Amino acid sequence: MVLSEKYQLIRKLARDFCEKEIPKELQDEIDQTGDYPQELLDKFKQYGFFGIKAPREIGGQGGDTLAYCITIEEISRVSSVSAIYVSGANSLGTGPLLLAGTEEQKAKYIGGVARGELFPCFGLTEPGAGSDAGGVVTSAVRDGDDWILNGRKAFITGAPIADFCVVFAKTDPKLGSKGITTFIVDMKLPGVSCGKPENKMGIIGCPTSDVILEDVRIPDSCRLGEVNKGFSNAMKTLDYGRLGVASQSVGLGQACLEEAIKYAKERKQFGQPIAKFQAISFMIADMATELEAARELLYNAAVTKDLGDPKASMYCSMAKYFASEACNHIAYKALQIHGGYGYIKDYRIERLYRDCRINSIFEGTSQVQQMVISGALLK
Amino acid sequence: MKIIVCAKQVPDTNEVKIDPVKGTLIRDGVPSILNPDDANALEEALCLKDANPGSTVTVVSMGPGQAMIMLRECIAMGADDAVLLSSRAFGGADTCATSTTLAAGIKKIGDYDIIFAGRQAIDGDTAQVAPQLAQRLGLPVVTYVQKVREYKDKSVVVERQLEDGFEVIEVPTPCVLTCIKELNTPRYMTIGRILYACESDCIKVWNENDVELDPSKCGLTASPTNVLRSFTPPPKGKGEMLSGTVNEMAAAVVAKLTEKHVI
Ligand SMILES: Cc1cc2nc3c(=O)[nH]c(=O)nc-3n(C[C@H](O)[C@H](O)[C@H](O)COP(=O)(O)OP(=O)(O)OC[C@H]3O[C@@H](n4cnc5c(N)ncnc54)[C@H](O)[C@@H]3O)c2cc1C
Repeated sequence: MVLSEKYQLIRKLARDFCEKEIPKELQDEIDQTGDYPQELLDKFKQYGFFGIKAPREIGGQGGDTLAYCITIEEISRVSSVSAIYVSGANSLGTGPLLLAGTEEQKAKYIGGVARGELFPCFGLTEPGAGSDAGGVVTSAVRDGDDWILNGRKAFITGAPIADFCVVFAKTDPKLGSKGITTFIVDMKLPGVSCGKPENKMGIIGCPTSDVILEDVRIPDSCRLGEVNKGFSNAMKTLDYGRLGVASQSVGLGQACLEEAIKYAKERKQFGQPIAKFQAISFMIADMATELEAARELLYNAAVTKDLGDPKASMYCSMAKYFASEACNHIAYKALQIHGGYGYIKDYRIERLYRDCRINSIFEGTSQVQQMVISGALLK
Repeated sequence: MKIIVCAKQVPDTNEVKIDPVKGTLIRDGVPSILNPDDANALEEALCLKDANPGSTVTVVSMGPGQAMIMLRECIAMGADDAVLLSSRAFGGADTCATSTTLAAGIKKIGDYDIIFAGRQAIDGDTAQVAPQLAQRLGLPVVTYVQKVREYKDKSVVVERQLEDGFEVIEVPTPCVLTCIKELNTPRYMTIGRILYACESDCIKVWNENDVELDPSKCGLTASPTNVLRSFTPPPKGKGEMLSGTVNEMAAAVVAKLTEKHVI
């Protein structure tokens, strides 16, 4: 897709920013210690990265979905865990509010995130409800003007550092996925706690944990949208989240491709750079081609989403499905090109390979995307 | 305050390749960027604006239409507006004709308090345009500004970089200051400013009829410079890095110098 000046500049900003602020040593340090520097988060906030799509009136930048995708792509090219923070703030955490929030809720929570004062998390998955997200059993029971929440959310990105969690809970268990309501839960409320951060394979540096809700009392003003309308809200939010994961995949794929090209030109065997062997150069051709196809699918999905195209949801799933699988193929080949050195942590490809793996799993596995795509075609 | 910044779009390379036949720069396939020293000039202007609320920063450039994106970048960094002097008549200009054209544009903007420019553009490396501009506007100029010490009411105190130190100069305003990279670190754009720069009407495009300019004083015809020959200098040999203790390294240096009959 030929990009207008606006998107070219957004790409330049995100690229310049990440290349200067997150050098390789810092990437390694974050990966090894799991600690993400607060100063870096503050800088992301300062330059508006946490409110790319949030409306200007409440402190956001007023960008569109393509601007968001290109930003996430460029951040992931340098540091995929950084992209998790930025996409969390822009999509999953604030999406439900943007879709269903009252003006007050939007100003307080989306504005707070956009200005960098609050960090959100998104609580849908439960130990027994992963792909089958409609099967959540966390309950919300009306008590006068309040609601009482009980249950356990699993794998919640950013939970240990979040200020609030968007929780999907059953308000009418008989209705299945049509009995789910969304709530904004302040993480400091009595009865809210986090599990131990998971010891993850990749995207290390942004903690993921369970969120435990024990008789948590919240006022009705923290209900988000109508009672029993939470599931469609979750699914619409996931459209943006899936574009975010597709963007992360394209950025990571780009990084893998660049590492592979660099290494193939440097490494000599049999008296010449390995890039001279067709087996290697054709791998690079395949990687680049698959990456470019993923990128086009992503940008097209982003534009259709903003246009309100009825097929947009399906395109978002296609982009997420294709790009996340593609980045895993690309990472596999890039590591293969590195030979034994690629298996060693000193080489950047080792981390890229681990970071890629989550993309075909969270925000709906590849199999779930196949269900969404085929469901849209066969309905 | 009304602050003006001169900026140029240049090919993104310090190792400019030269067409061996034509003797001109090969620009094909090289992405274009905001000239690095000009980014320092803009940053200084933006700092001055930050310190004096209500000030405006206007970026002025001469170049083809594709330079618009560079001006949008300047606005996305924080400049208020920009003027692009663009016309077929300006094409083929050397530094002499460029400074005449820029001066005409800046005269039309008028009423300026200070003008910042980069020391030199990385495509030509002449460092001539800003001093020539100052002359055409009848302003004092300080080149190689590495630090601004103080803005006073009717003057500014700056440090001017020399090869082995710097001099401190107080210069009356309005004046032209040319900036070097030691002066500051240019800020990033912000996402919101990028959207503003691309979606609002903040760049004016002027041609020779929009400014007071004798057509015979601009473009190729008014460019006395003749490039006799361009060549790529042979690359310097790679430096050798020594390691070890101070004594070992000193011994190695002495050995090398002796070997080369320097000492
Ligand atoms: C690092 C990380 C961060 C996460 N962050 C969040 C978050 O912030 N918020 C949140 O709510 N969740 C989050 N998740 C949860 C994530 O979305 C789920 O892990 C994911 O949806 C898959 O659910 P599951 O793990 O229970 O797998 P399961 O649903 O048990 O799936 C297991 C396997 O079965 C397949 N499968 C399941 N059902 C079908 C079917 N009907 N047909 C074919 N195949 C099927 C799946 O594709 C998969 O291969 C995160 C997970 C991880 C690992």
